Amino acid sequence: MFALVDCNNFYASCERVFNPNLRDKPIAVLSNNDGCVISRSDEAKAIGLPMGAPAFKYEGFFRANNIQVFSSNYPLYGDMSSRVMRILEQFTPDVEIYSIDEAFLEFKGFDNYNFQDYGCQIRKRILKWTGIPTSVGIAPTKALSKVANKIARKFPNKTKGVYVIDSEEKRIKALKWIKLKDVWGIGRGLQKRLAVKNCKTAYDFVQLPDEWVRKNFSITEWKLKKDLEGISTIELDELKTKRAIATTRSFEYTFSDLENIKERVSTFATSCAEKLRKQGSSCHMIIVMLSSDSHKKGLEQHRASTMVRLPYPTDSTLIISNNAVSAVASIYKKGIKYKRAGVIVTGLVPTGNHQLHLFEHENPKHKPLMHTIDRLNTKYGDYKLKLASQDLERTWKMRQERLSSRYTTDINEILKVK
Amino acid sequence: MTKNKEMILHKTQSLTFFTPERLDNSGAAFFNTGISAGFPSPAEDFKQQRLSLDNELVKNKEATFFARVSGQSMIGAGLDDSDLLVIDRSLEPEHNKIAVCFLDGEFTVKRLKVERDGVWLQPENSNYEPIKITDDNDFVIWGIVTNVIKKV
Repeated sequence: MFALVDCNNFYASCERVFNPNLRDKPIAVLSNNDGCVISRSDEAKAIGLPMGAPAFKYEGFFRANNIQVFSSNYPLYGDMSSRVMRILEQFTPDVEIYSIDEAFLEFKGFDNYNFQDYGCQIRKRILKWTGIPTSVGIAPTKALSKVANKIARKFPNKTKGVYVIDSEEKRIKALKWIKLKDVWGIGRGLQKRLAVKNCKTAYDFVQLPDEWVRKNFSITEWKLKKDLEGISTIELDELKTKRAIATTRSFEYTFSDLENIKERVSTFATSCAEKLRKQGSSCHMIIVMLSSDSHKKGLEQHRASTMVRLPYPTDSTLIISNNAVSAVASIYKKGIKYKRAGVIVTGLVPTGNHQLHLFEHENPKHKPLMHTIDRLNTKYGDYKLKLASQDLERTWKMRQERLSSRYTTDINEILKVK
Repeated sequence: MTKNKEMILHKTQSLTFFTPERLDNSGAAFFNTGISAGFPSPAEDFKQQRLSLDNELVKNKEATFFARVSGQSMIGAGLDDSDLLVIDRSLEPEHNKIAVCFLDGEFTVKRLKVERDGVWLQPENSNYEPIKITDDNDFVIWGIVTNVIKKV
């Protein structure tokens, strides 16, 4: 059996743990730089605050509806997430951390377990120990556990936050209930192609002949179909390694000079390279994007992106940053007020697993250098070691006007009790 | 790997496979004291893990949080202004335990009293009155205080 444990409105819930006044109140958490809404409490959803709402456009809405707004407090969310994950490991050794707020669990050899009870125990322990509410979906396959989770979340009164698909009858009922677009791994493109076949629910999808699915789609979709049929084909960790890593951010101010933009892109590239090394991947391609402020209709707009193909896969900050910086210089147009840039690395392969190239290969000194940089930055924090193309004068500050305290990671910001 | 005869697992014309020698119980112990001609440190046999305050004060890492005392209401229990509290959320609230509670909009630390007439929050300072929890209060027991750390 598999379980998917998902923290409800995770960022908003973290804020509530340390600010219980906000129980039952509408909360919104903003993205980096206070850009747009990335987490909402159920109350904020009910008022009609959309996901991704740009903060500056919704200031009036926040005030009119008494919505408590927070800048994202990643040190806090990261710590609370790791607490939740460690607790999950007490229930089974096989845990796949899928994102900051959800994890798959596999139960091997738990034959005579009452999974309804076990799911309730998981939920109860996380809630009591950390204060974070979760939803738990349990089923014979990963894809079905995701469906079960949606049911647990959607019907909290009936399910008490835990739903188990453990019979054919429940499986069929669940598949008929869940819309295709809400099924794990079914993106917009796939939806469109399946709409032609009159597929509206997951049940319609599994009714399609195996042959047809195999012929028209990739192995991933076929595996998904099997998983939804109750035949476990998607294993733990299978979809874990990311296929692309992106660092895309709005600037604090608009920039029209190339130097500032180069500095930003170099910093984003550095962050991508670091994430690559963390997951043990190297990239073949770098995509760089640059765009003006699309909310300022009066100004001349420009958005462009370009791709650099590397002769060999790399995870070196130096190579990725150099390429990204020259790429952004090639798409930059004078006189435009730019507001946003991004670096995406893709074409990922496991590091050390690539084909040898006859003429071009990476300077062997990069590897130990990168290792040292990562170690020092982890030790001293705040990116003490930088490339010269990054700004050395000042540490780039994110806009975080509504930041809550780092209650669990900074001794000067812990709770005060009277 | 040794070329001991018994260790040969499989032999083909061009390749010989060996099974790695296992060193369990082979009788040699590793001493990390460096090799010197002098007398071995007599303390080596008695080496133990150095004391860790983390292990001593934090019994359940996932459920432990810290908070700082503000005010005098619990001085009788040894909780002075600006002391550091170790709070374990996994412990069950019980009569006589010191708890961090959320009461009507603010965090407070008091001793829990479960009496016949209901739950009381007992300060440990005669200048403060006990608080009776009623249905009108917005009240949550946030966690149980296990230790107090003070600077002297």
